[in-house]
Amino acid sequence: MPETPPPFDPDAYAALAAPLLGLAIEPDWMPPITANLRVLAAAAELVAGFALPDEVEAAPRFEA
Amino acid sequence: MSAAAILDAASIATAIAERRASARATVADALDRIDRIDGRVGAFTDVLTDRALARANALDAAIGRGEPVGPLAGVPFAVKNLIDVAGLPTRAGSKINRDRPPAGRDGTVVRRLEAAGAILVGALNMGEYAYDFTGENVHDGDAHNPHALDHMTGGSSGGSGAALAAGLVPLTLGSDTNGSIRVPSAFCGCFGLKPTYGRISRAGSFPFVGSLDHLGPMARSVTDLALAYDAMQRPDSEDPVATTRTPEPAAPGLESGIGGLRIAVAGGYFARSGDREAFAAVARVAEALGASRTVEFPEAHRARAAAYLITAAEGAALHLDRLRTRPRDFDPAVRDRLIAGAMIPAPFVERAQRFRRWYRNAVLELFGSVDVILAPATPCRAPKGGQTHFVLDGVTLPVRANIGLFTQPISFIGLPVVAVPVRLDAGLPLGVQVIAAPWREDLALRVARQLERDGICTAPVAELS
Repeated sequence: MPETPPPFDPDAYAALAAPLLGLAIEPDWMPPITANLRVLAAAAELVAGFALPDEVEAAPRFEA
Repeated sequence: MSAAAILDAASIATAIAERRASARATVADALDRIDRIDGRVGAFTDVLTDRALARANALDAAIGRGEPVGPLAGVPFAVKNLIDVAGLPTRAGSKINRDRPPAGRDGTVVRRLEAAGAILVGALNMGEYAYDFTGENVHDGDAHNPHALDHMTGGSSGGSGAALAAGLVPLTLGSDTNGSIRVPSAFCGCFGLKPTYGRISRAGSFPFVGSLDHLGPMARSVTDLALAYDAMQRPDSEDPVATTRTPEPAAPGLESGIGGLRIAVAGGYFARSGDREAFAAVARVAEALGASRTVEFPEAHRARAAAYLITAAEGAALHLDRLRTRPRDFDPAVRDRLIAGAMIPAPFVERAQRFRRWYRNAVLELFGSVDVILAPATPCRAPKGGQTHFVLDGVTLPVRANIGLFTQPISFIGLPVVAVPVRLDAGLPLGVQVIAAPWREDLALRVARQLERDGICTAPVAELS
């Protein structure tokens, strides 16, 4: 999993998102949360880097 | 009883059906071994002595009356503690779930194994809420690898692997969302089957990521895997994704060999970012099977990334209320990952789901020219207990997030896999994934059985007594 930080501020994002989600985050939880957010953002960037036709729909069924 | 004398499930069932052994004595032996040894390996969280002995007595009485018995008659087994057991709160490795009311009845898989004659003796340790690859648990204590007690079992079905490797029971059940059957099978040196998504009912189990969750058997022989797998197949209206396909038993064809099967090795993504031994294990299996061709899972690195995103987001959504009300009662490592998962923007997750569809179609095309694909199960042997980082291809990475890098792109699209154990030397075992097309568990099991028959893959009990 690439850990290169994408260009966003995970600390500011987490601080703003927590009240929206109804989460009370203690200060010492923030570093591991933002570290995880960086990894997730890098994963999202990797997935977004693959060009998908608009017609490809999600289909969580795997029957052959 | 020496480790070498501990029987597999098929041998136990045959001895009991032929009245060469009693279910009562068999279960009592298992309970005694659990009592003597489990303190060192931490596999069990609950031992069901009264229930197991009562059921064994009933089975012996039925045999005495000449009644037919099932293919798993008298086989002691245990289940990961996210599967419902009547009378126990389904803790799923957590502190929080212990406040749930006791389950009113057993999960579907427990009922089906018991209908085949098996006898449940307990519930097994696991990583909290299955968000784990280590087998470590801050609430119940860590499971320890019976082959080297200071090493991880792998997870999240850590107790399921430890119980087998310690010879406490011959059959366990685990769950696999991103690798949680295959990783502990590899680290503990046993066989594990992650069936096709939807093949085995998950009704009566605590979920993690609904679109990725599977249940499956783990054992010390391929025959035992097949017997348990066959006993658990059947539609189940209580699981929304359980298939309505007619059961396709694997045991009858298990000895068919590999003649005519097109077997290849996964290259590219699956041939880098691991220790030399992980790839040596694959090479040994490939050589034994005469597999020289290499195929590549397209965009496997993105598949893994997408599985990572979907897991974090779906898992966080499941636990959001608990994260709001009882955040301090989570394992901090799980809590922090779930909180981050709750914050993932929806378009990222939807994109990952759409990519999943593309990847599924691309991989199914691959199976047009190959029947079985081999890949490493883990990038390394079992790390030390408590180890937080390891080095892969010269890069230092967190252990927890990266043990599953070879399992995630496979379960992402629900492919069936048998994890087979490989012993390269006197050190800890490694695992190889034997991967087949959807609904072709039979092929993966046939290949695994051939490897077992040829002595390439064995699952001996650790010498602990």
